[in-house]
Amino acid sequence: MATKSTAAERASASAKASARQAQAEPGRLALVCILSWLIPGAGHLLQGRRDKGLAFLIVLPLMFGIGLWLQGRLFPLEMSDPLVFLGAIADRGIGLPYLIAYFADAGAGTVTAASYEYGNTFLMTAGLLNFLVILDAFDIGKGRK
Amino acid sequence: MPQVPASHFLFMVLYALLVSLVFAVLLKDERRDQLKTGAMMFGGFIVTALAISWLMYPFPL
Repeated sequence: MATKSTAAERASASAKASARQAQAEPGRLALVCILSWLIPGAGHLLQGRRDKGLAFLIVLPLMFGIGLWLQGRLFPLEMSDPLVFLGAIADRGIGLPYLIAYFADAGAGTVTAASYEYGNTFLMTAGLLNFLVILDAFDIGKGRK
Repeated sequence: MPQVPASHFLFMVLYALLVSLVFAVLLKDERRDQLKTGAMMFGGFIVTALAISWLMYPFPL
């Protein structure tokens, strides 16, 4: 009886390992990471983590939108000012919402607005959190989670 | 476009809520664990912010 159970467990573990291996193909991993950057949560949705993917898909663009509403600024990639440069990298972490805002000429920022710094914080945090979401999607793709 | 409210406390609460939500979903897999972690993180954000703001109160701008 115990032998049967062990054999079944082994077969199940072997099936899981081969499924992970199939998932961990470099091309697929790259696709997961790029999609996850472009559309927050898409990497999770692609890998069957529906609840997590939907949560990220709603919350991160919402956070970015709130940042724009609070008159935050989307920083330019200026190497001469390291803090602005880092802020610009963080802003770009959100992917498609950033591109839409960029082409819609949003995110000019109003320095005199009371909510300006909050807006910047929301914008940058949304991008940085999406970097963590990308790493999580990568780990799932690698079979570590 | 609705007018931006001027309440810094509201911005802080909103920020804490959204960040806690993302971290809870990211770190935990079970719904119950997510709720617990998110609530603890949100409470931690608010209590810490209030404590720091009271500590800074005597300092001039």
